[in-house]
Amino acid sequence: MQKYSFLSLIKNAFSGHKGWEVAWKDPTPKKEYDVVIIGGGGHGLATAYYLAKEHKITNIAVIEKGWIGGGNVGRNTTIIRSNYMHDENGLFYEKGMDLWRSMSQDLNFNIMFSPRGIINLAHSDAQMNAYARRGNSMRLNGIDAVLLDREEVKKKVPVLDFSDNVRFPIFGALMQPSAGTARHDAVAWGYARQADSMGVDIIQHCEVTGFDISNGKMKGIKTSRGDIKTKKVGLCVAGSTSILAEMLNMTLPIETHLLQACVSEPIKPILDHVVTFGAGHFYCSQSDKGEMVMGGDLDGYNSYAQRGNLPTLQHVLTEGIAMFPFLSKLNMLRTWGGIMDMSMDGSPIIDKTHIAGLYLNCGWCYGGFKATPASGFTFAHTIAQDRVHELNAGFRLDRFSTGHLIDEKGLGTKTWIS
Amino acid sequence: MLYIKCPHCGLRSQNEFAYGGDASVKRPELNKEISDQEWDEFVYLRKSPRGKHLELWHHVSGCRQWIKVLRDTSTHEIFNTYKSEEKVG
Repeated sequence: MQKYSFLSLIKNAFSGHKGWEVAWKDPTPKKEYDVVIIGGGGHGLATAYYLAKEHKITNIAVIEKGWIGGGNVGRNTTIIRSNYMHDENGLFYEKGMDLWRSMSQDLNFNIMFSPRGIINLAHSDAQMNAYARRGNSMRLNGIDAVLLDREEVKKKVPVLDFSDNVRFPIFGALMQPSAGTARHDAVAWGYARQADSMGVDIIQHCEVTGFDISNGKMKGIKTSRGDIKTKKVGLCVAGSTSILAEMLNMTLPIETHLLQACVSEPIKPILDHVVTFGAGHFYCSQSDKGEMVMGGDLDGYNSYAQRGNLPTLQHVLTEGIAMFPFLSKLNMLRTWGGIMDMSMDGSPIIDKTHIAGLYLNCGWCYGGFKATPASGFTFAHTIAQDRVHELNAGFRLDRFSTGHLIDEKGLGTKTWIS
Repeated sequence: MLYIKCPHCGLRSQNEFAYGGDASVKRPELNKEISDQEWDEFVYLRKSPRGKHLELWHHVSGCRQWIKVLRDTSTHEIFNTYKSEEKVG
């Protein structure tokens, strides 16, 4: 594989940029693979990469219905954090933070990781107490957390509304300084390019239409480009998990919902951190191009449509304007939607299933992007070793029936209001 | 914007409604021995189909009645609406 570097850039500039190799090939599916990953999003590509890198399994196909970077990995708001209270989540996402920090070097691809810090605003004394507790739990797990008072928040984010007559005054905030953002499509491309270079077949525009299972064992899959034999299949199709589960006669503790995001027209640098609203659901950061990147609530009803509806956007941006009054002056550049697995406790599932050779990676709710490396790392382990890694041991599929829920926010099963 | 025809009030905008989830889920009968698995199915497991979905909506800023709506989850088309006690066949 061609190494990307400053030197290679200069060399190719002098030869008219005609010497660049393709980043990944466009292979025809083989008849048989050791492992087939369904879903060529961030998680699927990361899984294939870590299977090849950590477990030396390279006879892998990644099957993608659309194209690389066209799903949720290219539709999120690029936030990376590990500010969780429960051990299962905190330790898992903190492993991810380690992988994020070295990812550009690891993948030889600039993912533009920007650890600019995330600030979760608090709007009452009770919320400050809750954040102090969460911050302490984080620090016990080795995650950086700082409790900010109102004046400290004012120094860091002066554009917030600190006036006296607001409905939700700012009391302070919980900050994770090491959190940040990364360029999401570079993550998909970086993983795809490295996986491809180690022998992984990335097969785009190939839809899975069925499974071949006999005696409770995975034998292969049926696709729009022919049947493929394999003993191990990993599902990484967040948003469409329930559709594939139906083909497998499985009913999962998941509903598919629609989440929107939007960006404003680009403006000069004004926001140095990722900031979230504490009295509702709104988050905001500024992209390198200067756009304000924003998101918030689900549209609120089961949906497989990758496009949103205006009432939700209006609601979300009303919260945004309550935080940042200047947002009301900006034009909106783009809005879009993606569909996601909303699990019944707000935490993901990475586990084996009752079918031998079928592995499940789903239920990422709002937060799949930041999990990309840790999810790929642990899912690769689960598939290669046929047992869960200690970091995903809590993300069991059967935790709902056994009562071992990871209810990070004490959410109920009404996933659309969570 | 979705427009939902409340069987009691007529066509109204989605802003007046709150969503109530899958209407095909049945609570286990009272006064019956109920296994953990039955509870699991009732509380947590959902079909979440792509296509026709019968669901509950609450006309919370209107007549405050719960209604059932048959809606397509991929196109958002609403085929029909029903009173809560109506059988949907």
